Amino acid sequence: MDRRAFLRKPAAVLAAPLGTDDPTRATALTAPTDPPETVSRYANKTLPNLPRTTAGLAPYTGPWTKVQAAHLLRRCLFGPTKANIATATASSLTQVLNGLLTAPAAPAPPVNVSATDTSVPIGQTWTTQAFDQNFEGVRRASLRSWWLGQVLQGSTLVEKMWVFWHNHFVIEFSDINDARYGYQYAALLRQHALGNIKQLAKDVTVTPAMLRYLNGNQSTATAPNENYGRELLELFTVGKGPLIGPGNYTTYTEADVQAAAKVLTGWRDNATTQQGYFTASRHDTSTKQFSSAFQNRTIANAGDQEYKALVDLVFDQAETARFLVRKLYRWLVYYIIDATTEQNVIVPLAQQLQQNGYNVAPVLRTLLESEHFFDSVNTGCYIKSPLDFTLGICRQLEIPMPPASNPAVQYSVWDYLNSTTSLQQQYLGDPPNVAGWAAYYQTPQFNELWINAVTLPRRSQFSDLMVSTNGTTRSGFKLVADPVAFVESLPPATAEDPNLLIQSLVDLLMPFPLTANQLAFLNDTLLPGLPDFEWTTEWWDYLAAPTNTTKRNAVATKLRALLKVMLSQAEYQLS
Amino acid sequence: MKRRDFIQTTAAGAVLPMLLNGFPIAAYGDDNAVLAALTNAATQTDRVLVLVQLNGGNDGLNMVIPLDQYPALMAARGNIALPQNQVLPLTQATGLHPAMAGLKGLYDNAQVGVVQSVGYPNPNFSHFRATDIWTSASASNVTWTTGWAGRYLDGEYPGFPTGYPNAQVPDPLAVTVGSVVSNCVQGPTVNMGMAIASTSSFYQLLTGTVDQAPNTPAGHELTFIRQVVQQTQVYTTAIQRAAAAARNLSPLWPTAGQNTLADQLKIVAQLIAGGLQTRIYCVNLGGFDTHATQVPTTGPTTTGTHATLLGKVSQAVEAFQDDLRRLSVQHRVVGMTFSEFGRRIKSNSGFGTDHGAAAPLFVFGTSVNPLIHGQNVQLPASVGVNDNVPMQFDFRAIYASILKDWFAVPAATLTALFGQAFPYVPVLRPGVVNGTTTAADVEVAGFSVYPNPVRDRATVAFECQGGHVQVVVYDHVGREVQRLVDRVLPRGQQALVFRPTGLAAGTYHCHVQEDGRSSARLVVVEP
Repeated sequence: MDRRAFLRKPAAVLAAPLGTDDPTRATALTAPTDPPETVSRYANKTLPNLPRTTAGLAPYTGPWTKVQAAHLLRRCLFGPTKANIATATASSLTQVLNGLLTAPAAPAPPVNVSATDTSVPIGQTWTTQAFDQNFEGVRRASLRSWWLGQVLQGSTLVEKMWVFWHNHFVIEFSDINDARYGYQYAALLRQHALGNIKQLAKDVTVTPAMLRYLNGNQSTATAPNENYGRELLELFTVGKGPLIGPGNYTTYTEADVQAAAKVLTGWRDNATTQQGYFTASRHDTSTKQFSSAFQNRTIANAGDQEYKALVDLVFDQAETARFLVRKLYRWLVYYIIDATTEQNVIVPLAQQLQQNGYNVAPVLRTLLESEHFFDSVNTGCYIKSPLDFTLGICRQLEIPMPPASNPAVQYSVWDYLNSTTSLQQQYLGDPPNVAGWAAYYQTPQFNELWINAVTLPRRSQFSDLMVSTNGTTRSGFKLVADPVAFVESLPPATAEDPNLLIQSLVDLLMPFPLTANQLAFLNDTLLPGLPDFEWTTEWWDYLAAPTNTTKRNAVATKLRALLKVMLSQAEYQLS
Repeated sequence: MKRRDFIQTTAAGAVLPMLLNGFPIAAYGDDNAVLAALTNAATQTDRVLVLVQLNGGNDGLNMVIPLDQYPALMAARGNIALPQNQVLPLTQATGLHPAMAGLKGLYDNAQVGVVQSVGYPNPNFSHFRATDIWTSASASNVTWTTGWAGRYLDGEYPGFPTGYPNAQVPDPLAVTVGSVVSNCVQGPTVNMGMAIASTSSFYQLLTGTVDQAPNTPAGHELTFIRQVVQQTQVYTTAIQRAAAAARNLSPLWPTAGQNTLADQLKIVAQLIAGGLQTRIYCVNLGGFDTHATQVPTTGPTTTGTHATLLGKVSQAVEAFQDDLRRLSVQHRVVGMTFSEFGRRIKSNSGFGTDHGAAAPLFVFGTSVNPLIHGQNVQLPASVGVNDNVPMQFDFRAIYASILKDWFAVPAATLTALFGQAFPYVPVLRPGVVNGTTTAADVEVAGFSVYPNPVRDRATVAFECQGGHVQVVVYDHVGREVQRLVDRVLPRGQQALVFRPTGLAAGTYHCHVQEDGRSSARLVVVEP
């Protein structure tokens, strides 16, 4: 009998030759030919005209339940845990905000976790050591891991704002090529995360990382470099308004860029002292003239103090406060700012910010305790960033993390999480460019830029992996959710009832209620074709013999299936 | 009876029916050179396996009924047992629940095989654990995290999903219709199956629509993400192409929403006929966990929860087979049912049954061996509360036999897939199995015997190719009892008369053979 007779298949079904005998087959597999999608074909083509709220900044006085508490925490943390939500629900809104706005002490600096870096032993910080290009790679990885680790572990608004300032006063680790500078920069952002924006702007201006990143260290009186001056105005403070004349962007002009550049001449960075330093001979000592956008004001020569006068001048502009508040709003509420929101929220918040001298915490409090923030129209509409999504899964599923006593393992897991968010197009320490991540400024898509045909499957791959049986192993540590332990930590009456169990997971993971059909689907995922009491029976069987791996696996399989489905639902992408 | 005895019975039971039906069994031994030649790469096949999971633990004793043990059956479960005269006889000794007329018709047309008392040693009575055992095909005392069909597919398509889909393998390796992707197709790293969560999501996939969301910012973003979710289902195009290439033809499909299993199988039929090169489909029907009122507390035991469920299975499989025939793909498809366990022999006072052990399963399709494999359940005269149906066939033997026969999986691979070798069970017909011919070629066209059961006279009908034809009736031990024709017949429709004169009541086989083709039907002669 020949093989053809065995095969006997309709030609139409197997039109493509399979070539089982072809040794090149393995390499002949063709990859999809379409270029990878960077902007989803379904993302906004124009800014949508959606119903918004007229509610303003009056304090919210409605009910305070787990719904409001969860909404607040979803926006302020990288994924609230069930304990976070329970504690907040049992407190008042004011108490919760007090906690969120209280910055814990600064964390200890990143430590060496690699045998490559021989400058210090493993477990000790490298941040005070001399620069060495041979160590730069592992130090940068250490810094990035450390930063993500701090963000992962925090439970105040500091972490969300820390990343906010990173997205605002952008530098890129890969550009500055000195992890020690990177650490200084990160520490600076964290120090002022809930503090004074004007002070932060001043400090950032002369921090070595920024001097290097935007070429401030190459700016001299004879050849001023406009890079930092331009970005200070365009991206960090007043923002770029409509073009209303040659070189006139309403809020500043090209002449203002040049004047600002002159102010900033003379600064350099010193890799030995890790300081920005001023060299008077490189500084332009002329009086700098600003345009009518800055009330035609001038800045006289003031040597190494002059940059402060520039920042003060820029922060005297009401538009600077509005620009900053809009950016905060898009970070914490939603990307659409319609005329009503501008009038009722942005303008008064900007006034508060400017009047209080640019202390951000009171402004955050006003926004986060407002009717506007708690209006139902503003819940569940925020597309999670890769950090929100990835760290949120770790936090919300309470995935066990390695102990601090073994930093090599701990950093290894954090490094893995960095690689995960990087695949999803957000890499802490390396925003795509000086404007930050496009999801926070690129109109009309905004947040929708996070989700496309490439990034969404990567998100699901991560969530699938975390609820799989074996997860992933990094430096001998198995990173995986323990759904049985998670459910055991719920109240017993919730854990044993499949519908209460599902509802508690929905309350934790989803930003708004699911439909009855969706809940029924989840029930069928947990209990395929079975009546509810069978969950109770199986769960009790496990509780009666908690060391019996067979009984544990029986319930674990079902819980994994349930979580896998929930984390893949579109709703879980929203906050 | 001791378990060891049952295992020994298995081997005998496996071979005996083969001889009874007169089919050669040597043709598909382990040393088949053709199969061996195909073992080094992904096997080329257009064959499809459909797994029908009956969630909850199906009461097998109320589905395949031992007619020869009615007193014991009534004694054990009098409050739920069917009236004997309502049972649909497959043979003199074995019958089907009266709600399964459709399956009975398929059996009569040689498209259904019954495997008695399928289970495994040391049965587990937990739904979750028992389901894991059935889907992973592990032994009762070990935990495997992959599914049996997933392991098979992983061997065929190493590295999945990296590099898939591709020009050679453009379609999903497996498709699950219904809530969750079946664990049967769980591979070592990922599930090999594409999930079509519901009937409605299938039709959404075809039309590119997503669920409605409210006109709010949250609804706007939800819709956006759902659109991307649908887009990133890498097999959307493949599914759309297949669905566009075929439509269901059978008038037997019930109205959508009345029988979820039928709705699922309808999609499967359409995709198969549309040319989707998917080997394994998983569908399911839930609700079999009938602890209470599986029959009404008052009223006929032929009605109620379990009757409704079995009716759905029967209706769905009947419509499926009819549709496959009309779509001319019936010879490419084999299906099997399974449930995580059967139920206790003794019913409870709540007109229900509790978690049990072994249970019968069905294999269906034109390529199955249309037999009852194994013996009726032997019921003790006095049944205790904890008495269970003992196993005759290990479920892994059924899986392995289907993989061997249907997908030409070599013995060594089977041993690797299941961790050990299992006795072979000929649930598929040899002419199909050994690959010399397709089912269409070995079948005598349009062969049927009616009425069946037979009293004084029946018609034996078939489509003759023109040539020498032999039609012989054998008794249950394979002795020839009547020769209806043994000569050259002209091409065209033939109708022979069969009079069971002088034959004792019981089960017979009517065997028709013409040049290169043969078919057999079970015929029940009634007194």
